[in-house]
Amino acid sequence: MSEVTDSKVRELVEEVYREESRRVLATLIRLLGDFDAAEEALHDAFAVAAEQWIRNGVPSNPRAWLVSTGRFKAIDGMRRRARFDASLTEHAKQLESALYPLEEPDDESIEDDRLRLIFTCCHPALAPEAQVAMTLREVCGLTTEEIARAFLAKPSTIAQRIVRAKGKIRTACIPYQVPSETDLPARLDAVLRVVYLVFNEGYSASSGGSLTRHDLSAEAIRLGRLLVELLPDPETMGLLALMLLHDSRRVARISATGELILLDDQDRSLWNRDQIIEGTILIERAFASNQVGPYTIQAAIAGVHAEAPQPAETNWAQIVALYDLLMQAGPSPVVELNRAVAVAMRDGPLAGLSLIDSILRRGELSNYHLAYAARADFYRRLGRTTEAKASYEQALGLTQQEPERRFLKRRLAELHDYG
Amino acid sequence: MKYLLFCCMEEKKLETISRSQRDELMDETRIYCEELHKSGHLLVSNPLEPVEMAVTVRVRNGGISLSDGPFAETKEQIGGFFLIDARDINEAVQIASKFPSVRLGSMEVRPVVDLEK
Repeated sequence: MSEVTDSKVRELVEEVYREESRRVLATLIRLLGDFDAAEEALHDAFAVAAEQWIRNGVPSNPRAWLVSTGRFKAIDGMRRRARFDASLTEHAKQLESALYPLEEPDDESIEDDRLRLIFTCCHPALAPEAQVAMTLREVCGLTTEEIARAFLAKPSTIAQRIVRAKGKIRTACIPYQVPSETDLPARLDAVLRVVYLVFNEGYSASSGGSLTRHDLSAEAIRLGRLLVELLPDPETMGLLALMLLHDSRRVARISATGELILLDDQDRSLWNRDQIIEGTILIERAFASNQVGPYTIQAAIAGVHAEAPQPAETNWAQIVALYDLLMQAGPSPVVELNRAVAVAMRDGPLAGLSLIDSILRRGELSNYHLAYAARADFYRRLGRTTEAKASYEQALGLTQQEPERRFLKRRLAELHDYG
Repeated sequence: MKYLLFCCMEEKKLETISRSQRDELMDETRIYCEELHKSGHLLVSNPLEPVEMAVTVRVRNGGISLSDGPFAETKEQIGGFFLIDARDINEAVQIASKFPSVRLGSMEVRPVVDLEK
């Protein structure tokens, strides 16, 4: 075969790797009962593919071919190693009898394997940061070094987390399965939490070296899409919609010099229309199910903002109504704070001020900088400059995030100019 | 990515195991290396002579100074090295963990700096 065809096949192998490697891995984990054995088998299968496909052409179903080759290589390797470790002979035999006759894995069982992998990586027995690392590496295919860069951690720290998580899965015999119907809501919740955490990690880190961190948001959206495809639960759609709507403002929320731009001051023509449309359709689908959860409601709030061509045209009454709904579905002091801001937009800053003061008096948000920033803003709009200044100072004392600090300092400086 | 694995072991410990055990260890390592070579993971590997064969070179005040033995006295000595290609550090760790020598000593996994990047 000519060199041109060779390099074409090599390109194709790489493309198949990008498209299929996570699926094949998920199935191999089920067949071999072990993450590390599956990873090795995956590597071996692709190594054989790179050789054989050049000689014999690409098989009609590369995915099934890779799964079969991977498990064959795994058994083969185990038999060879059994020369030194007699316990492996038994293991190899067991695997063989469990695997033969070789039925071709069908597409449906392969898609189930992807879900099994996601639920296993997000298993509650694993520490939250281990769930995140496992999901990004095993489900998304990021390397340990990429995850470390994105989370500003040392590669050895993340490596340790992954090794420990896999050890835990092995010793605690965490089953490789999609949870039963009774467990599903709580377990899905845990999965969605991991996805949203990954998204926020990428989205909120908006200054210096943000490039790799933005990839985390893109990765979370990809995960969200995968989940909607595999398990179209209303809240899964709601979360994907929420991420899309937030991400649609990504370009508009940061200035060229890295300053944070508030919703009111953003150039709305920069908002990503495709993401807004996709998000809005998902919100409608989720609401149609009549099982509306916190992610969907938050997405709907973002959706109301997205449809206002100008800040002044925002339907604040609808936003307050959605916050009321959110207070029922998933009440929290932060939700209450956001509701207070919406009420201030609908009824004026004085109404917002009394709500915020009552939240702060309860002490739950007394270390939360955004509570003071919101109060400062209400005072500013009421023309009560001294009180506004004091609140901005309090907010400033409570946040380490650079773009937030710069924003608060800017507001303070403006007050000095006018006051 | 490339990683250099340093096989570290107390040379004295190696002397305490029987000849046949040592042969088996070498045999197992050789077969594992063949596997790693075939799978494309292993690029270069070599065992090293004991540290008593080492000399350490320094140039001070324009003159070469030599000292016997390794550059640092440590409990474990580097007995060999493996240059491998792995997807990430976790795969490198996984590969390192299957060398029979880690049951006696340890394996240091060092990421190699990619100067072309």
